[in-house]
Amino acid sequence: MCRIGSIKSRTPIQPSTALRLMLPQQEGHDNSGFAMVLQDLYGIFSGYKDKPLLSLSCTQKGAQLVEDYMDAHNFVQIAEWLPVPVKTPGLSIQAMPYYIFRNYDYPEDAVKMTEREKEDLLLDTRLALRKILEESGQGFVYSFWPDVLTLKEIGDPSDIATYFRLWEDNGCLAAKSIVAQCRQNTNYAIVRYAAHPFFLQGYTLCANGENTFYTKNKEFQKSLHRGYIGFESDSQCFLNTLHYVHHELQWPLGYYKHVITPLPFEEIEEREDREVLTGIRQSLANLEINGPNTVIGVLPDARMITCCDSKKLRPVVVGRDENMVAISSEVCGINEIMPNRDMTQDIYPNEREVVIIGNDLEVQRWRQ
Amino acid sequence: MEAVRTQDVGVNDLPWKIEYDRDRCTMCGSCVASCSFQAIKASVERKSITRSEGREPKPLHEHSAIPVIKQVASLTDFCRGCGMCEKVCPNNAIRPVRNPDTRKSLLSRDNGPIKRGGRTNLSAGRTLDHIIVGRISQMTDPSLDSARHTFDIRAPFGRVLSSKELPFAVVDGKLVKKGHTPPVQYIYPLIFSDMSIGALSTRAWEAVALAVGYLNEKCHLPVRMSSGEGGMPVKLLQSEYLKYFIIQIASGHFGWNRIIKAIPYMVTDPAGVLIKIGQGAKPGDGGLLPSAKVAEHIQAIRGVPKATLSSPPNHQGLYSIEESVQKMHLSMNAAFGFRVPVAIKCAASSTSVSVYNNLLRDPYKICGGFFLDGIQGGTGAANEISLDHTGHPVVSKIRDCYLSAVEQGLQGQIPLYGGGGIGMTGNAAADAFKMMCLGASGVFVGKVLIQLLGCVGNEQGRCNACNTGRCPTGICTQDPRLVKRLDIDRGAQKIVDYVLAFDAELKKLMAPIGNSTLPIGRSDALVSTDKAIADKLGIQYVC
Repeated sequence: MCRIGSIKSRTPIQPSTALRLMLPQQEGHDNSGFAMVLQDLYGIFSGYKDKPLLSLSCTQKGAQLVEDYMDAHNFVQIAEWLPVPVKTPGLSIQAMPYYIFRNYDYPEDAVKMTEREKEDLLLDTRLALRKILEESGQGFVYSFWPDVLTLKEIGDPSDIATYFRLWEDNGCLAAKSIVAQCRQNTNYAIVRYAAHPFFLQGYTLCANGENTFYTKNKEFQKSLHRGYIGFESDSQCFLNTLHYVHHELQWPLGYYKHVITPLPFEEIEEREDREVLTGIRQSLANLEINGPNTVIGVLPDARMITCCDSKKLRPVVVGRDENMVAISSEVCGINEIMPNRDMTQDIYPNEREVVIIGNDLEVQRWRQ
Repeated sequence: MEAVRTQDVGVNDLPWKIEYDRDRCTMCGSCVASCSFQAIKASVERKSITRSEGREPKPLHEHSAIPVIKQVASLTDFCRGCGMCEKVCPNNAIRPVRNPDTRKSLLSRDNGPIKRGGRTNLSAGRTLDHIIVGRISQMTDPSLDSARHTFDIRAPFGRVLSSKELPFAVVDGKLVKKGHTPPVQYIYPLIFSDMSIGALSTRAWEAVALAVGYLNEKCHLPVRMSSGEGGMPVKLLQSEYLKYFIIQIASGHFGWNRIIKAIPYMVTDPAGVLIKIGQGAKPGDGGLLPSAKVAEHIQAIRGVPKATLSSPPNHQGLYSIEESVQKMHLSMNAAFGFRVPVAIKCAASSTSVSVYNNLLRDPYKICGGFFLDGIQGGTGAANEISLDHTGHPVVSKIRDCYLSAVEQGLQGQIPLYGGGGIGMTGNAAADAFKMMCLGASGVFVGKVLIQLLGCVGNEQGRCNACNTGRCPTGICTQDPRLVKRLDIDRGAQKIVDYVLAFDAELKKLMAPIGNSTLPIGRSDALVSTDKAIADKLGIQYVC
């Protein structure tokens, strides 16, 4: 089972904190990879918060293909960080030749674009790069968005951290929001795209548990939005739904929960907003989830959310102190990074609530 | 000596032969009285015995006349194998036996095509029996407990809008509905379908209706029943219970005079309106009610004289699907103030997907359901040639329609309901579950209901006499003496018990796949041991 976790902090934290959150949760042969999405970046990316940051891993040829495409589409490179890995023999990692994290400036004509058009440009660029790299088999592109960095790799999480010098806490990578997961897909084929967290137009999400409505979700989402592709993992569906409800339909965030785990009909009937809830249940029946799942997400405005399935088959816990809030599958991870917090303040979200962590670290519990 | 007359009909020409044990028979007459087909009669046989008792042959001739029960050798009053004689005989002295040498089908076309009721007698095998629920939740996605978890077994009936078409606005951080949306009801995914008063005896119809009332009021299962094309009792139309009924309109419009007149007096809306275009048992044919069944009360409800009632094969005046949507759907929607879902029922056909696509693209958004009726559906009366040789299996057609909607991102907008042979082998829950996984929102059943009431007809030529007005179980006849055989309370109870078992069995299938809501479109839950079926339906082939 995937253990998932995230940290939102008042001050920038480094990835080692996320690793310390995740590693105590290891069970058996679970630790088969490492993936994280950093948002609200500090360290070497501090000066480029409004410039889209491209995260990819590729071969030399892949890097050239990406460069050609970006040049041809008038993106101007303004900063780059190429990790210098520690290639100690015996590390468990299936490393790609290059990891590129590069800030671009928008093409010149983007000044006339609305925010929405810019968002679409970034998405379409990422999709085009993904297609090029996929067809040539030369690499993987994970995100292309301002102030967001994604790293994914196959292997032992601890070794992956060693490889990327994440244990050194050298200040290169720091962020106020990190979502992480320490497992490649051990049930199906090992594909880097299948590792959570997933990212789409400012939305980051990881989820655990089997999505039993995967086929229904996938069949429906395929025609909803061009960005809903891949489906290498059934958990991508949760991200697509969050993006669809909040970004495309522009419904208030709380309705995400109504879409994925609708209330039983009998309860809907007793509510004042039954017409709306019934409408949602009708029209988005194919986005329902009905299996055992927990979701952790980050929104474009950097708020963090978590909720779980309607039977609470997959638990999640939220722990906090004055500087930090962490969400985790198991409390042992939070104990590791916040041993001195007031544990009585821990929240074990129930099956009918969404927990929202604001940018001031205020924790809100919304009842569905 | 008797001379052989080649063209004479003999008992051996008939589909069923009576096996009769004279030694056990007391000549009580019960069998003859119970045979509604007059296929047996009391008769006298001459007996001639020659015997010799002494040591020397001294033949003695004895002649006697013995009363017996005898089968009638007739192509009109022939034994249907219903077995009422066997049921009623206190001494087990008589029973019908299937006759493999029958020539009946060949001989009885003297007066034109053979007509009968029932289902197709030729279609071999059922697709659903080659499909298994093969994706069992274990470990990461635990199975549910069918007895302890709660299940939300409700299916949409009505036109569903896409999320972008919902008239929602955000007010103070909440969604608020700002305009009209088509009516959608959430109903139990098992609809009692389309058997008219006329095809059924009023008592049989009442028994089914009684079961519907009980299931809703006492068991809280929102089962809906379609009236069939034969109108409804005015008292029911004007009662609270109308909300459990889907009123059907077919090409004959039978009963609609009364329905329209009752509209101002209705205290509640019906559950829906079903426009019947075609039916699986006899696609391309309209309804048929032989005059033998058009009793006085049927004439009153339908507003017709005593005559054979042949509904036209199609709705007169409708030229195209678009026109049907614009005229018929719209007027039916308007009749009930756009508060009632209006659905359409067609016989499954190789053209079903085109029809469904067309309906999905209707700009008025007023088609609230697409009911597809397969070849294994039953009927009260049809030409045997239609029953046996026309039609289309429903399983792959439901799947085709669903996948066509998926391709366009329109799945679920017009709920699909599949029928025709659901529950044919006794387990409707398994059939329904599989149909839903393939894309149906629910199923409709007819034949299984009357079988629960006591109908003994089957697909091997047993009985199938629904068209004659002489139904031996009192279900498909208007003859008051035959109708008296039916105990409607016991019949209704049988249906209620079956649906309660259906509900428990449905949960028993939902639990292992880990779902508490209906598995509509969860084709990943199914596997097939037949490669061709697996390929056709897009599910896993397993062996």
